[in-house]
Amino acid sequence: MTSTTTTPRSATTAVALSGVTKVYGRGANAVLALDGVSLDVAPGEFVCLVGASGCGKSTLLNLVAGLDRVSGGQITLAGDANPGLMFQEPALLPWLTVDGNVEVPLKLRRLPRAQRRERVAELLRTVHLADFGRKRPHELSGGMRQRVALARTLALDTPVLLMDEPFGALDAMTRDILHDELERIWSERKLSVLFVTHNVREAARLADRIILLSSRPGRIIYSTEVTIPRPRRIDSPEVAAIAAEVTERLRTEVGRHGQ
Amino acid sequence: MASDTLTSSARTDAEITGLDALEIAGRDKEVSRGARIWAATWPKLAALAIAIAAWQLVVLSGWKPPYSLPGPLEVGRELMTQAQGPQLWDGLLTTLRRAAVGYVFSVAVGLLLGLAVARSTVLRAAIGSMITALQTMPSIAWFPLAILLFELSEKAIFFVVVLGAAPSIANGVISGVDYVPPLLIRAGRNLGARGLNLYRYVIAPAALPAIVAGLKQGWAFSWRSLMAGELLVVGISQTSLGAQLTYSRELSDSPWLLSTMIVILVVGLVVDAAFGAADKAIRRRWGVLDQAGQ
Repeated sequence: MTSTTTTPRSATTAVALSGVTKVYGRGANAVLALDGVSLDVAPGEFVCLVGASGCGKSTLLNLVAGLDRVSGGQITLAGDANPGLMFQEPALLPWLTVDGNVEVPLKLRRLPRAQRRERVAELLRTVHLADFGRKRPHELSGGMRQRVALARTLALDTPVLLMDEPFGALDAMTRDILHDELERIWSERKLSVLFVTHNVREAARLADRIILLSSRPGRIIYSTEVTIPRPRRIDSPEVAAIAAEVTERLRTEVGRHGQ
Repeated sequence: MASDTLTSSARTDAEITGLDALEIAGRDKEVSRGARIWAATWPKLAALAIAIAAWQLVVLSGWKPPYSLPGPLEVGRELMTQAQGPQLWDGLLTTLRRAAVGYVFSVAVGLLLGLAVARSTVLRAAIGSMITALQTMPSIAWFPLAILLFELSEKAIFFVVVLGAAPSIANGVISGVDYVPPLLIRAGRNLGARGLNLYRYVIAPAALPAIVAGLKQGWAFSWRSLMAGELLVVGISQTSLGAQLTYSRELSDSPWLLSTMIVILVVGLVVDAAFGAADKAIRRRWGVLDQAGQ
């Protein structure tokens, strides 16, 4: 019943899920959200989880982040990684400046003030917000807020990034740019990313591997490697072809629930 | 794995900066400080002038004889006289000291009680609704019991002031903690804030607007209870604003009575303005000031 243990199953796995099951409620009202999900994310791998509503994508990320407990199975993280979690909303603390928000995880790790200041500046440069440290979240656009959230998550210095539809609320142009940004940061920092989305094109644009989850209960029903060379463009025919293939599978899965 | 994304980075840099500039353009609208103060002040001055004019008109109409309802000029002169003697200041000092002691104690009780109820489901089930019930109880209804318990003493006043103010403050804390967005708590936990740190970094600051609202309401209740108490519990040797109201009525000295009322009103307004400023500062930080239309 442990949600995380600190021993890696193998040196080549950043995140390992084996037979993860999650049940909400008890007795007759119990709902099986995840049913025996097994999945390995290699160090530096970008994995996209795609599924229709009710496939337990967010549940899965909560479990890996340690915000919830598994009902069965095991989740293993390499080293003592504390994975960073990003949501569809930036979830910034509105009473703090941009600097203050990025500083929170550093303060919680008791870094000295000078070091914190240096790290905050470096992280804001990484997300192209060096000049906005003194602003408050409400003074920024949606895309900028999400980049602050990314900088704050990177401040955890974690090798594992969990992203729950982080660009779902943004317009297409902003999302496109953020894809480039995320890809750059991911490759520079050699992060392992578990990225949840219902946008199949986004998955094909970003992922090394796309995993399709079924709905109610969530099970892995399909998995495909994406070998298109990077940098990719979301409007390239190769990305479109992968997206079409995954969409076809997704439609079949959704149709199953209509019968 | 991608290692060659740098080729596109120059384009991306320019695009990002451009998009940011477009998206936050025109969000900064600055109004000069003087204009802001004037905009906030003139309606208040105008309202004051209208109130004084109405008062003078009622006096001129001869509705009541001048010895029971004096005009603004006479009351103003009395206020000046009072301001030069020690009596008003002694009374004001006593009243403010009682208010401060009672309020500070109420804040301590209210914050602790509110936090305890917000945290514990058992406590909430037990006394959550009782706190609201206490809040609806008119504080003057406590005085007979308070006088039986503590006789005509300052303790009786203190007892009623705390009973009046603490429930409002506790309710502010409870609703503040209840309405902290769950997303912020999840984010805080993921960033490494657990236990006490979660309160320090996320819950307490997120609940602050509601807590300030509770503190403000608590002040209003404690000030009212204090005035009621000082009117009823006059046996004490010390002078106070409430006692001066009672004496002036007994002596039929209506200019003194009205000038004392004005002092009470001004104290209330000053404290209310302080809470208003705190509330505004919080809303400005949170970026919700514009939505309130101010």
